[in-house]
Amino acid sequence: MDRLRTEWLLNAVLAGALFAVPLWALMAGEPFIITLATRIAILAIAAVGLNIALGLGGMVSFGHALYFGLGGYVAGIAAHHAFHGTPVLGLPGTNQMLPIWAIAMVLSGALAGIVGALSLRTSGIFFIMITLAFAQMGFFFPLSWPAYGGEDGLPIFMRNQFPGLNTARPWDMFLIAYGVLLLTLGLFAMLRAARFGAALMAIRQNPDRAAAIGISPFGIKLVAFILSGMITGLAGAMMADLTRFVSPAMMAWTMSGELIVIIILGGVGRMFGPVAGAAILVGFEVFFGGLTEHWQFWLGLVLLAVVLFARGGLVGLIAGRARNV
Amino acid sequence: MTLALVLEQVLNGLQFGLMLFLMSAGLTLVFGVMGLINLAHGSLYMIGAFCCAAIAGVTGNFWLGLMAGIAAAAAAGALIEVLVIRRLYARDHLDQVLATFALILILSEGVRMIFGPRPLYLNVPDMLRGTVNLGIVDYSLYRLALIGFGLAVALGLWALITRTRLGIQIRAGESDREMIAALGVNIRWLYTVVFALGAALAGLAGALVGAIQSVQVGMGEPVLILAFVVIVIGGIGSIKGAMVGALLVGVIDTMGRFLLPRFFATFLDTSQAMGVGAALASMLIYLLMALVLIFRPKGLFPAHG
Repeated sequence: MDRLRTEWLLNAVLAGALFAVPLWALMAGEPFIITLATRIAILAIAAVGLNIALGLGGMVSFGHALYFGLGGYVAGIAAHHAFHGTPVLGLPGTNQMLPIWAIAMVLSGALAGIVGALSLRTSGIFFIMITLAFAQMGFFFPLSWPAYGGEDGLPIFMRNQFPGLNTARPWDMFLIAYGVLLLTLGLFAMLRAARFGAALMAIRQNPDRAAAIGISPFGIKLVAFILSGMITGLAGAMMADLTRFVSPAMMAWTMSGELIVIIILGGVGRMFGPVAGAAILVGFEVFFGGLTEHWQFWLGLVLLAVVLFARGGLVGLIAGRARNV
Repeated sequence: MTLALVLEQVLNGLQFGLMLFLMSAGLTLVFGVMGLINLAHGSLYMIGAFCCAAIAGVTGNFWLGLMAGIAAAAAAGALIEVLVIRRLYARDHLDQVLATFALILILSEGVRMIFGPRPLYLNVPDMLRGTVNLGIVDYSLYRLALIGFGLAVALGLWALITRTRLGIQIRAGESDREMIAALGVNIRWLYTVVFALGAALAGLAGALVGAIQSVQVGMGEPVLILAFVVIVIGGIGSIKGAMVGALLVGVIDTMGRFLLPRFFATFLDTSQAMGVGAALASMLIYLLMALVLIFRPKGLFPAHG
């Protein structure tokens, strides 16, 4: 019980800090810090998506950059056509975030459905390699497709719009990202508490027993994988708007690795693990990146130490091991 | 489109496939014997290429460089196994992925620290420069030598695994790890040797390919992912599967890049055909992988049963 209370307290502190720090930055006139917090929030959304597949379902997807990048390209392409006033597939482009998000989620979900249906025929090490390979296939597609910038990527000249807010202002953009983050965290908690989440975790712990009590592993895992891809796709669309740029790099295998790293640093399967992990990763990059150009070397050492000696991530370190592991 | 051009592309595909085989063989051995997924295999490829380029640059002798590249990759492999990998055998795949991902970051940045951010250039050795006449086509002598190299190493590997004492231990380790340890084989030593052997093959591939591409940080990972595709197609843990998968991937990828743009050019305008063709060609081997997964989820040559 105590540990549970510690975790809720930690969650409240993380949620509060992620709001308070940019609020302070707004007062102090430090837009860079607001944008940094927005980046943390959006990366955390992407990782919450992956956490559904990886944390709850035990599906180690090394290809979630595929959905992240797809979401990014939806935002980029819609804005591109809206800006130039040209149609795409017979439809007009749009510069409204809400329809862009909807399209990004539908397409990411469909793609995750195809990749998931193929990859879930296998498990373990095969699953890791196959998700990685399909993401690499997705990476080469925009790379060799010149219509939307190819290797150079596609700029978004004006940030897409959200009703009632001015997205060009860092604080407004932060509010959007923070709001969506809270919604996805709520969805994650609801999923985990629901029958669906219980079934998913049962499958992760012992697929044979789960099957014996009448849970079909394939269907449940596929639905979780699709949901997971949709949320990561949504985060991709938001990230493209934040940086006003989308390129094949969003789909690179390193991005998939980063998302897994975020979850591990924060704590696998923990509700606020992605928030803690994204904050640690971005903080590390900004702090050590300012000290040395070889900061990735040190990130590698820290990560290695966490994997070898400190399993459970930050949330696990403070709030103890999860109940259901 | 002449027959000579097609033959040239087929040979290119074979050469690419054989280099992929060198990468995949090490990966699949390590998985077969130790049950480990090693993302840092691409870093060993990079280490082989960098050491080869550096030593060849200093001494002016490609073959010395090649030896140095293989030795450096094998040494790095053995060191990594003893320091890190050994602790991962009993862990789940997620921990293995993360630890070896961390190794990629460390090794890539480490190489950048030592050799600087600029790519190195490795020249083709003098005796293999130029082209050779194959009847209807003049083909690069070096690429032809790579084909020969690849085949020779594959043959050597086959002899090692089927004809030597070490090979017996490797095969025994693949089928029952606990049992061969109980029979008195020093399993820790065997694991280090297998890992170093896989690393040496990756280093060899990196050094050989380094002479026809630029030697740069990050060169290993695209090859690593292709090697994963090869292993998924061939069947994980199977050397024979790795050979068949590597040749399939090498030839299909090369021929796809060569033929698809030409195919689309028959009914699209040239620039569009190049775009569509290139995009589709880059997806071809992944589609092959998807097909294999649908019909043979354990690969073409499943290693166990």
